[in-house]
Amino acid sequence: MNVVVCVKQIPDPAAPASLDPTTHTLDRSGKLILDDSDSYGVEMALQLAANVEGSEVTVVSMAPNSETSGLRTALAMGAAKAILVSDGALAGTDALGTAKVLAAAIRRAEPDLVIAATESTDGYTGTVPVQVAELLGLPSVTFAKAVATDGSSVKVERQTEAGYDDVECSLPAVVTVTAGVVEPRYPSFKGIMAAKSKPVDTLSLADLGIDPSEVGFTGARQEITDVSAAESRSAGEIVVDEGDGAQRIVAFLEQIKVV
Amino acid sequence: MTGVPSPAGLDLRPEHEALVATVRRFARDEVAPVIGGYYERGEFPYPLVATMGEMGLFGLPFPEEYGGMGGDAFALCLVLEELARVDSSLAITLEAGVGLGAMPIHRFGTEDQRQRWLPDLCSGRSLAAFGLTEPGGGSDAGATRTTARRDGDEWVVDGTKAFITNSGTRITRLVTVTAVTGRRADGRPDISAIVVPSGTPGFTVGPEYSKVGWTASDTHELAFAGCRVPADHLLGEEGRGYAQFLSILDTGRVAIGALSVGLAQGCVDECLGYVGEREAFGRKLAQSQVLQFKVADMEARTHVARLAVRDAAARLVAGRPLRREAAIAKLVASEAAMANAREATQIFGGYGFMNETPVGRFYRDAKILEIGEGTSEVQRMLIARELGLPATP
Repeated sequence: MNVVVCVKQIPDPAAPASLDPTTHTLDRSGKLILDDSDSYGVEMALQLAANVEGSEVTVVSMAPNSETSGLRTALAMGAAKAILVSDGALAGTDALGTAKVLAAAIRRAEPDLVIAATESTDGYTGTVPVQVAELLGLPSVTFAKAVATDGSSVKVERQTEAGYDDVECSLPAVVTVTAGVVEPRYPSFKGIMAAKSKPVDTLSLADLGIDPSEVGFTGARQEITDVSAAESRSAGEIVVDEGDGAQRIVAFLEQIKVV
Repeated sequence: MTGVPSPAGLDLRPEHEALVATVRRFARDEVAPVIGGYYERGEFPYPLVATMGEMGLFGLPFPEEYGGMGGDAFALCLVLEELARVDSSLAITLEAGVGLGAMPIHRFGTEDQRQRWLPDLCSGRSLAAFGLTEPGGGSDAGATRTTARRDGDEWVVDGTKAFITNSGTRITRLVTVTAVTGRRADGRPDISAIVVPSGTPGFTVGPEYSKVGWTASDTHELAFAGCRVPADHLLGEEGRGYAQFLSILDTGRVAIGALSVGLAQGCVDECLGYVGEREAFGRKLAQSQVLQFKVADMEARTHVARLAVRDAAARLVAGRPLRREAAIAKLVASEAAMANAREATQIFGGYGFMNETPVGRFYRDAKILEIGEGTSEVQRMLIARELGLPATP
């Protein structure tokens, strides 16, 4: 079973982030790391692959530069190889453009199962995985909180507001996983050393037969026109309990119409 | 061997960077939120130790054939530094488990002994301890009073060991003890190392010490009374135990140096956060030059200590002489840790005196760094000897 995981390399959330003042896009020139939300997908893929003989996990990513440190993390966790689509023309690519590029790269890996996070930690559009599924002509099952497969079909517990749906789907398919679907392992030093010699196949847009005008700032059909800082939370009101604390809290909850 | 950067530099190779990043994430996400509670309760953090085992940290410097990770002492020092930046109890648990517990078995054990004991120790499923210090003597390993006499196919161990790290956890599998196994013509003792498995009749683990710091680590006094182990539990050559120790101690000094750098860095981290947030007299503490200078001194001490420790660690891996460098690294790093802990506590004021703040823990954890694996005085003595100065009475 070929399991492909879409992974994104993002600026370290622990470091202060900055936006480009003209394009309003995230500054990605610094060190990039594996998106935490993708580590769940990598772990899920590794566990599923371990249960189906002859399986292999491939991670697929896209970047305007040749950054691979995040991919090395996924390889150190146990993925067998990586495909990186790296092309200067990719800077400014929107969600649909990203999906076109990823779909073209994923197709080359001949996947039985494609796993992605529900959304990235830096962009949060949450649209790429289903677009990839559409472009590949595959069914997609989203918001998985549990995944099992025998190599021919996939069983998913799909998170809903009320609980979860049991969904079964034949392979190949795209599944998006939520944080918490599994507990990601930490890469061991042995894994880190092994990752150094694992193949990272770097592809250009030309390798994938994609016209540069379809992607990047020129191909983007979505434009960020403005950004504004999130409203800072106000200090709130401190209620000192003078015997009527409970009533005052209930009154407050009634006032904001939650009870 | 994974190779080592140039001794004078702090630039790490990509695999070391990746290792540091992994341990930093573990320390930040899993250790920092809960370690204060373990520390307060004086409780050994089994779940965190188990995760460290899964991460392969207990097997880091050992070959893969024994379940190790194929790394080296340099990589171990990087990990110890990152852990100690957040918590020293876990760092010393790892240091003692690897450097004192498993390393003597790897360095001096027979192939059979390595196969028998190392895989479980490398996985972190079990821990080993090293019993050198005795109630009557600290750094004076030659004054060992514990004895082991041969009786048929067995060694019979009698004596007491003090301050033994990792000796009483529920996953402790064995303790290697040094014992006098004979006398030379000049009356000096022959010291040997004997492996005593936990639970051996005649081996009693005393109650947990009440320590000033490192309270989430495991430390006990051990008593051996007619304690019998098979003859093949002798580790290394009979009568060579003292020489074995000395070589282990140089390694241990570098490791304690790494813990010290981590604690010193942790003080800088905490103070930077605090002076940026806390206001006094209508302005941020960060705007006070007095406090800026304190933090700058802390940073300078940390940097110098790190250079010294990484140089010693690189020498260790390269197999170059390091007695002088290890002693200097341990001396300057532990004194940097102590000074930074004192200053960090001062900057935090009353909060720094609270056990709930990391700097409160750093203050309590720093002092032992100037004592364990040879006191600062012993380090100075070693440096003086290396300079060719005569032994003093």
